[in-house]
Amino acid sequence: MNAAGIAERVRTSFPDVVVARHEASVIVGRGELLRALGSFRDDPELRLDFLSSVTVNDRPGRDPRFWVVYELASTDHHHRLRVKVGLSEDDPHVPSVTGVFRTADWYERETYDFFGIVFDGHPDLRRILLPEDWEGWPLRKTEELGGVDTRFHGAFIPPVDRRTS
Amino acid sequence: MPVERVEGFQTGRTAEEGEEEFKRGLLLTTLDKAVGWARKQSMWPVTFGLACCAIEMMATGAGDYDLSRWGMELFRASPRQADLMIVAGRVSQKMAPVLRTVYDQMPEPKWVISMGVCASAGGMFTNYAIVQGVDTIVPVDIYVPGCPPKPEMLMYGILRLHQKVAKEPAT
Amino acid sequence: MRADRAPDPIGEPSAASTREIHQETMLINMGPQHPSTHGVLRLLLELDGETVLACTPIIGYLHTGIEKNTEYRTWQQGVTFVTRADYLAPFFNELGYCLAVEKLLGIEAPPRAQVLRVMFCEMNRIASHLVWLATSGLELGAVSVMLYGFREREQILDIFEAATGLRMNHAYVRIGGVVMDLPEGGLDRIDDFLRMMPGRIDEYETLLTENPIWIQRNQGVGPLSAEDALTYGVTGPTLRAAGAARDVRRDEPYGGYETYDFDVVTSDGADCYARYLVRMGEMRQSLRIVEQCLDRLREPGPVMVEDPKVRWPAQLEVGPDGIGNSQRYVTHIMEESMEALIHHFKMVTEGVSVPPGEVYVPVESPRGELGFYVVSDGGNRPARVKMRDPSFANLQAAPQMVRGGLVADVIAVIASIDPVLGGVDR
Repeated sequence: MNAAGIAERVRTSFPDVVVARHEASVIVGRGELLRALGSFRDDPELRLDFLSSVTVNDRPGRDPRFWVVYELASTDHHHRLRVKVGLSEDDPHVPSVTGVFRTADWYERETYDFFGIVFDGHPDLRRILLPEDWEGWPLRKTEELGGVDTRFHGAFIPPVDRRTS
Repeated sequence: MPVERVEGFQTGRTAEEGEEEFKRGLLLTTLDKAVGWARKQSMWPVTFGLACCAIEMMATGAGDYDLSRWGMELFRASPRQADLMIVAGRVSQKMAPVLRTVYDQMPEPKWVISMGVCASAGGMFTNYAIVQGVDTIVPVDIYVPGCPPKPEMLMYGILRLHQKVAKEPAT
Repeated sequence: MRADRAPDPIGEPSAASTREIHQETMLINMGPQHPSTHGVLRLLLELDGETVLACTPIIGYLHTGIEKNTEYRTWQQGVTFVTRADYLAPFFNELGYCLAVEKLLGIEAPPRAQVLRVMFCEMNRIASHLVWLATSGLELGAVSVMLYGFREREQILDIFEAATGLRMNHAYVRIGGVVMDLPEGGLDRIDDFLRMMPGRIDEYETLLTENPIWIQRNQGVGPLSAEDALTYGVTGPTLRAAGAARDVRRDEPYGGYETYDFDVVTSDGADCYARYLVRMGEMRQSLRIVEQCLDRLREPGPVMVEDPKVRWPAQLEVGPDGIGNSQRYVTHIMEESMEALIHHFKMVTEGVSVPPGEVYVPVESPRGELGFYVVSDGGNRPARVKMRDPSFANLQAAPQMVRGGLVADVIAVIASIDPVLGGVDR
């Protein structure tokens, strides 16, 4: 099915569907996320049974600030759908989809690591790419790019322009 | 493949070096030369390939740009058996303590080549995740720039290190 | 045995103490500095003797912050960042990123550029599989395969160097096309390579495919059924070796792949040996595609889109000291045309302006589905670039594949997944 067909199919249960650049995106609420993913997987026309990626788009200054983006694909029909959940800054919680897609395990850990989004129900939510004791959520837009201090255990190395040796 | 001699590449001795040698005496300087020659002839690197530069390091050790011409094809996995650490690739914050641990485990005498711009100075990644130069963690003898440096560049760096090592006093 | 127990009578160990010994498992740490883990991967193995009970991969030792860095650079500069993620398949990273940005811009690269992209990607696939073969062989003890693999790879890298100026991390595929056309005699060089390569692949197969040691170390090791693979999000040769014929080039074609004639290689074994067979078959299929590309490159054509607001302004060429602006172009902007100089300056510093939106573009990298989720908010810098790297998902299946096997099988399994930690950690 092409994007327009998928949009029509999804719109019956979840009306907030957009088709742009031959891609369909649907916005669902946080509470209906698991139900939505289950229905997309079980619907014989959609059969969206493969989760490609889970990530976050951070738009500071807007509400909702965080958009959690799930890329779904179908192994039978070879079409895709994007599912988005909007989260506000003071309540970045969203249910974990590891029960539906086992691949979400590491993707959700990575998203937690980068943005600080808490996935309720995740079996083992801790940092995956950054050191365990890292403070802060580096990929948020409000965080700096960094690169001036070397945060090496037990040592402080000043930025390049302040080094004496 | 011949390494071309470039200007500023010392083949002789400076005045200070000559004086040093005179002070050490004939016996010790002969010993220095012998030990220096032995050290550079079979310097064994420890496998510390991290990222893209590691692939070029492997290519340098493979058939086309053979490192075993200088006795270095044997990359030791255990740092206890190695005397050269070629930091090949970008060092992340998580990897920095591991780098230091491996360096500490190497027995003296040991040398470090920082291969690539990421290891030398952070490279293009001036961000929170990459250590901006491994010389903040370990002392570096030779910096080889490039992203990644061609095998010929790495070989040139290794040969400069050999020349440096051959001149070092034995003690 | 614990010190506070009463000493057993001399002779046969009692049943109680034997049970106690077997219940103690060993926690062993492999890596991150290890010669056989394909990069800085750390594995925590819980062992009962030599049998692996559980395996926890710990990643992040190569985390580079590429995704954050692209938000601080222009769209064109993003190419040089993403190309270093999966450093064994740089063309694929660039291609995915550029396809995503072109989708946002609503443009398409000219046909010759698309053919060049496909050709270089397929040659990169062969080069990546050669590195896989070389390192897998080395790790399993077949040291000569390492030298053969790198010998062939040097041929490919020579072609890359002649065409793009670099052996790795080329920044060749750019938004709107590719940055340079093939050099003089490039087609002949690739022709020679095509004639030489099938014989070499035959050589590898003669060495390994029927080799009893290779078979013993790989057959039956690291099983992963197609069902499990799909739940874990595994794609690429690891999935195709389980029988599932899923290939982005066939299912969701991009860049002209629907016009090429090639097979999707699958196998039924679902073990390390099957993955070996799949990758050897893929190398042959890639040679087929490169041959078809060569036929289409006989006629000249533009390699970069014409739109001046998008195209990379410079004309680059490979000179004796590397890649740089061609002398003719430098003369043009410095002496002949002020407008050209200003345009060049603006395009290089400010870059392209991409209309707002978000896209997800998958490509088939040597390791599986490499996807790019790119968001633009209308400016000349990306708002978010997320790389869906195949090795990140493939490694999630590793604990299941090694459970119940021996420690030596862990090496074989990790080698057969072929992870590139640059892509996993980004």
